[in-house]
Amino acid sequence: MCKRFVSIWFRYLKTDWFVRRQNFLDNTPFVLASPDHGRMIITAANAIAQAQGINEGMVVADARVIIPSLTVLDDKPNLSNKLLTGLAEWCIRYTPVVAVDLPNGLILEATGCAHLWSGEKDYLKTITARLKDIGYNSRAAIADTIGTAWAIARYGQDSLIIGNGMQSAALLSCPSAALRLEADIIERFDKLGLRHIRDFIGIPRSALRRRFGPEFLRKLDLALGHEEEIIHPVHPIEPYHERLPCLEPIITATGIEIALQRLLESLSHRLQKEQKGIRVAILKCYRIDGKMEKIEINTSRATHNARHLFKLFEIKLPTIEPALGIELFTLEALKVEDVSPLQEKLWEKTCGLENSELSQLLDRLAGKIGSAHIHRYLPDEHYWPERSIKLASSIGEKGTTTWRIDRPRPLQLLYNPEPIEVTAPIPDYPPMLFRHKGKLHKVIKADGPERIEQEWWLQEGQHRDYYYVEDEEGCRYWLFRSGHYTDDKSYRWFIHGFFP
Amino acid sequence: MPATKADIIAQLRRDIFPLQGLKSTLGTTAVDVGLGPLRYAFPNSSFPLGAIHEFCFDRIEHATASCGFIAGVLSTLMRQGGASLWISSSRKIFPPALKSFGIEPDKIIFLDLQKQRDVLWAMEEALKCEGLTTVVGETKELNFTVSRRLQLAVEQSRVTGFILYNTQGCPNTTASVSRWKITPLASELPNDMPGVGFPRWNVELLKIRNGKPGSWELEWSEGGFRHISRISSIKLEQRKKTG
Repeated sequence: MCKRFVSIWFRYLKTDWFVRRQNFLDNTPFVLASPDHGRMIITAANAIAQAQGINEGMVVADARVIIPSLTVLDDKPNLSNKLLTGLAEWCIRYTPVVAVDLPNGLILEATGCAHLWSGEKDYLKTITARLKDIGYNSRAAIADTIGTAWAIARYGQDSLIIGNGMQSAALLSCPSAALRLEADIIERFDKLGLRHIRDFIGIPRSALRRRFGPEFLRKLDLALGHEEEIIHPVHPIEPYHERLPCLEPIITATGIEIALQRLLESLSHRLQKEQKGIRVAILKCYRIDGKMEKIEINTSRATHNARHLFKLFEIKLPTIEPALGIELFTLEALKVEDVSPLQEKLWEKTCGLENSELSQLLDRLAGKIGSAHIHRYLPDEHYWPERSIKLASSIGEKGTTTWRIDRPRPLQLLYNPEPIEVTAPIPDYPPMLFRHKGKLHKVIKADGPERIEQEWWLQEGQHRDYYYVEDEEGCRYWLFRSGHYTDDKSYRWFIHGFFP
Repeated sequence: MPATKADIIAQLRRDIFPLQGLKSTLGTTAVDVGLGPLRYAFPNSSFPLGAIHEFCFDRIEHATASCGFIAGVLSTLMRQGGASLWISSSRKIFPPALKSFGIEPDKIIFLDLQKQRDVLWAMEEALKCEGLTTVVGETKELNFTVSRRLQLAVEQSRVTGFILYNTQGCPNTTASVSRWKITPLASELPNDMPGVGFPRWNVELLKIRNGKPGSWELEWSEGGFRHISRISSIKLEQRKKTG
């Protein structure tokens, strides 16, 4: 199938943007200027100013001679790139492949897209009319090659639609500048009197190469379609990608849900066939006012279960603001992994961590509250209580060591040990009394001490002598003394946990 | 053959239990959670699974005792390799200690949430998930509406839920199947040996639907609950008094 490309030319890109923002500029001649070598050079002029003969590259002082009341505004650096990227994203509603063509154009690959707008004529008309509504003057042409579309959009005299294989005929009447040549090559053509493409297209290639270099021949080949041109779309297309354009803008939550369900069904159907599953997916909603809303989901295990994926999205759906309406939904699977077909025992349900319902639940919880709040612990080879456990990185991770039960450990451990006042006989007897939060506890029974040293290669500090004590009410505590008994009283007592 | 009176009563009782929201799990044998004589307090003499049990406490020491008791019950429920969720807003549970109650601590997933609303939402979602064995939730408060929602969730999924909450005085009316209060008791070692013995609790079953509330003394030793007969505890008190 023959490829079709649309080139859109924004003749007054930057000035149109200023008019959009400041309406009073609509009927006044104004220019944008930026300083260059101590002078103000015009970087863009609006239609009224251009009609009076003010063009890009002029000095502002010269332009003021022509129109004394000329309004001069400061140009913003990198403005056209920013504007074109925004417009390119907006144009995704017409085709998935849109590329920015600096300084003032866009390139759309329209292969197989135009029939949705009942033909290429209406396609171009819709695009330019919609751009006009937003406030941009544009000219769009469609052809088999990017080069021809570019040339016709800017220099085309009559038809803006170039049929299949008609590039060379269409280009004949265009000026040499239509081939996207360097300024010095165009100048050389002008000097030689070869002002139009038809003047030199018949010249043998060897002669052209000798005089104008290989780059010129490449540009000619690109325009005529002898060589394929590669464009870089603003959004690279994901291999797993679904689109749903809407006839009418969608504003209701139900509408969004239906759209999402349809996208998920078709995507998961495809994934199921290829035995793949989604790990990360993103739903993008393109609004008619040119903004884009998106929500992203993560799963802990690759899945192509449309119902589960819908539930994950459902939690985040209320964050989408449809405003005036959404006209295009796209669903992209950013990360896809292989899934082995699930074989579940019918007669016996596994309830372990591998259970698919559990992983679906965890996905839902992670979607709502964030995966940072979900913890699973594995044993670690440290005696220091706080370091004896480590977080498991995934649900399937197995511990490298076993859980130890040879020493008593409290069921509830305080995150930060709390200081207590203690009466204890020295040198190493357990306390007789301790006061915690103003309450006095009389120790009846005790075990200990269990000395746990600091791991000097990890942290400096004093060792701890732990005691397992029971008070007169039968409550059991884990107390420790930090450091040795010394004359300078540098040791301190703490409560660190509660036994059941 | 005409049915005897006892048969008729047993049949009627079996008919009444499902009507009261107490369904016996189909196809699975009743799990004996090893609570000894406590089982006579439960309807059908088996620990109600697929129900909400609440544990109230007013001090952190009592909360720890409740956690210990729950851990003991969990260990039998999780023996088949199930997973559990522990949801809390201020968690202090130290996973390695669960191992001494016969639980693989890495089979428990902890959810640490800030907001009370999130805790309740997560609990409800978790209780609806049939892939879990049990869900333990620590909440700041529990009212009738919340407990009703949770109880309805488990009646569908047959997950057993445990709720720990701070009563701060008198507890509210709730829709849970049972209410427990666990308080620690002084441990005891044979022959008056020095040191701290096995954890021992006074287990009060304040409320049980279709059962008989009561109070028992239990000890966790050698991987199971051991019932301490009242007589021995009375003796102990007498011994204390006489010195």
